[in-house]
Amino acid sequence: MSEVTVKEVKKYFNQVKALDGVDMKIQDGEFVVLLGPSGCGKTTLLRCISGLETVTSGEIRFDQKNVTHLPPKDRNLAMVFQSYAVWPHMKVKENIKYPMRIKKFSKEEIDKRAKETAELLNITELMDRYPAQLSGGQRQRVAVARAIVLEPAALLMDEPLSNLDALLRVTMRSELKKLQQRIQTTTVYVTHDQVEAMTMGDRIAVMRDGKILQFGKAEEIYQRPKNVFIAGFIGSPQMNFLEMTVKREEGRAELVSKGLSILCEEDKVKGLEKANLDKVILGIRPENILLSPENGCVPIKGSVYFTERLGGETIVHVSTESKRFVVKVSGDALFNENETLRIYLNVKKTRLFDPETEEAIG
Amino acid sequence: MMKKTLIFILCLLIVLWFCGPVLLILIAALTPSAEYYDLARLVPTKLTLTHLESLFVRLNGWKATLISIQTALLSIVISFAIGLPAAYVLTRYVFKGKNLFRLTILLTRSFPVIIIGVPLVTLYLRIGIADSVLGVSLAHSSMILPFIIIISSSILGGISVEYEEAGMVFGLTRFRSFLRITLPLALPGFAAAAIYAFVLSWNEVFISAIINLTNRTLPAHILNTAMTSPDYFKFAAGTVMALPAMIFIFFTRKYLMSMWGISLK
Repeated sequence: MSEVTVKEVKKYFNQVKALDGVDMKIQDGEFVVLLGPSGCGKTTLLRCISGLETVTSGEIRFDQKNVTHLPPKDRNLAMVFQSYAVWPHMKVKENIKYPMRIKKFSKEEIDKRAKETAELLNITELMDRYPAQLSGGQRQRVAVARAIVLEPAALLMDEPLSNLDALLRVTMRSELKKLQQRIQTTTVYVTHDQVEAMTMGDRIAVMRDGKILQFGKAEEIYQRPKNVFIAGFIGSPQMNFLEMTVKREEGRAELVSKGLSILCEEDKVKGLEKANLDKVILGIRPENILLSPENGCVPIKGSVYFTERLGGETIVHVSTESKRFVVKVSGDALFNENETLRIYLNVKKTRLFDPETEEAIG
Repeated sequence: MMKKTLIFILCLLIVLWFCGPVLLILIAALTPSAEYYDLARLVPTKLTLTHLESLFVRLNGWKATLISIQTALLSIVISFAIGLPAAYVLTRYVFKGKNLFRLTILLTRSFPVIIIGVPLVTLYLRIGIADSVLGVSLAHSSMILPFIIIISSSILGGISVEYEEAGMVFGLTRFRSFLRITLPLALPGFAAAAIYAFVLSWNEVFISAIINLTNRTLPAHILNTAMTSPDYFKFAAGTVMALPAMIFIFFTRKYLMSMWGISLK
C-alpha cells in the first residue's frame, strides 16, 4: 500500500499529445476513479503509472520512491485489464499462483494466500478450470484475485466492468468497492461510466484532452462542477444550460431571459461582480426543477413536449419560451403532450458559468 | 433433396479433379514395370514397392532425403531466429514506415531465382559454403523468411497484448513475458508455420540443384537421377515428394486456414 504521486506528467505519442501535464496525489488506501470520455487520456495515465507506457516528461512516485523509469515488474503493482487478461493456457489456480511464484514466495505462503483469496472472491470451486471454461463474470473474479493476492502497492483497474452485462456490472460494482474497503489497497480505477465513478470512487478525477479538470469527492463534483463540460458530463439526464443576460445594479443582480427572471442570491452576486459579465450560462440539474411551487423557486410557463416514463421516475421535457427544459420527477407521472404547466426552478441549486471560458463563477 | 444431390456431385467432381492425378501417380508408382507398359491395363493386378526401394537404395535416395530433412530443419531454425523478432516488432510496436516494411518483405520473392542463382554460387564458393547443407539452408531461409514474418505477425496479432502486459505487470521482463505467456499461446500456430516452411524447403528444387552438386536435396537428386530413368521411377519419385507435404498439410490445415484468416466452421 502506497501513496501515489503524479507530477507534471506529459505523454506524447509522436506528435499526438495524450497527457498534458497531469498532477495528482492519491492517498494511501484511497479509491480514485479516472473519469472522462474516450480519448481523454485516462487509460494512458493508468498505463504510465503501471510503467507499461513510459512518460515523456514528469515524475511518478510511490511513497517517496521515484518509479518514473522503473519497468512495470519492479513497481510492485497489480492490474486488472479490460479484457481481464487471465492467461488462457493456465488453470485458474496457476493464474493466481504464478505472480507469487515469479516473486519467489515460499510454497506454503503461495498456497495459503491463493486459498484465502479464492475464498474471498468466491472462486474456490473454479480453481481447477481453464479460463475458457469460465463465464465473463467468473473470469473477472479470477483477474481480481490474481491482482490482490500479491498485496500490491497499488491496484490499477482499466475499465474492468465494461465487458460484463448490465446486471452483473451493478453487482460487481458494489463487490469491488466492498473488497477495496476491506483490503485497503490504494486503487486507481479507469472508467467512462459516470455511475461507476460516482458510486465507487472516494475521489474522482475528471479528465479531458490529457488534463485533469477537477479532482474531488463525488458530491463535490456533482454539486459544484468547475466548468460546463464537467457539469454536462456528470449526471443523467444532463444538466440544463441556459444563456441569460445579466442586469446589475448596486449590490443586486438579475438574470433575464425570455419569460424568466431570476433574482440572484448574495453569493452569486459576488461571483458575478468579480467576473463582470453581460451574459452567463445558468446550469440547473433536472431534479432541481419542480412541478409545484416551493420556497425560493422561480416559475416559468411551458408545455409538455415529451415524457419518458421510467416507472420509478419520470423525465419530462418541457418547452418554454427560452429553452426546452428537462425535468426529473420521482414516481410515475402522466402528462399529455402539449399540456401547459408551470415549472419551478430551485434557484439555490443552480450554477453559473462564464459563456466564454465555460468556467464556473458561482 | 435435388439441390443436395447436385452439391454432392459438384463436390465429388472437385475432389476428383484434385485427387485424381495424385491417385494416378500413386498407382503408377506401385505398378510392376511389366504391367506399367501394358496399355490395356489401367489398374495393376498387384502392387509392388520395388520402384520406391530402388529409388531409395540403389539411387542413393536415402542420402538425399536425409539432406533434405537437414536442410529443411536448418532453414526453419534460421527463418524463425530472424523472423520471430521481426514479426514481434511488426505487431507490438508502432514505427515509421511499418506498412511499407510489411509490403516490401514480400518483394524479396519477386526476384527470379534464376537471376540470383549464379551470383549466389559464386559467393558461396568464395566464402566456402558451396555444396553444403548450410548454403542451401541459407538460400531457402531467404525464400521462407517473408512467409514466416507475415504468418507469425498475424499469429501474434491474434494474441491479445494484454496477456503479455499482464505478465509484465506481475513481475516478468518483456522478453520473459513473451517466452512464458505469448509463446505457449502462439505455439500451435508457429508449429503450423514451421511445417509450412518445411514443405516449402522440401519442395524447392532450383536453388538446391544449382548450389549443391554432391550433397543434393531430394528434389534436386530426383531431377538428376529419376528423370533419366523409366516413367515408373518418375512416378515413384513424385509420390515420395508429394506424400510428406500432403500429410503435413492434412494435419495442420486448421491452423493454416486460421493463419490466413479463413475459419473452418
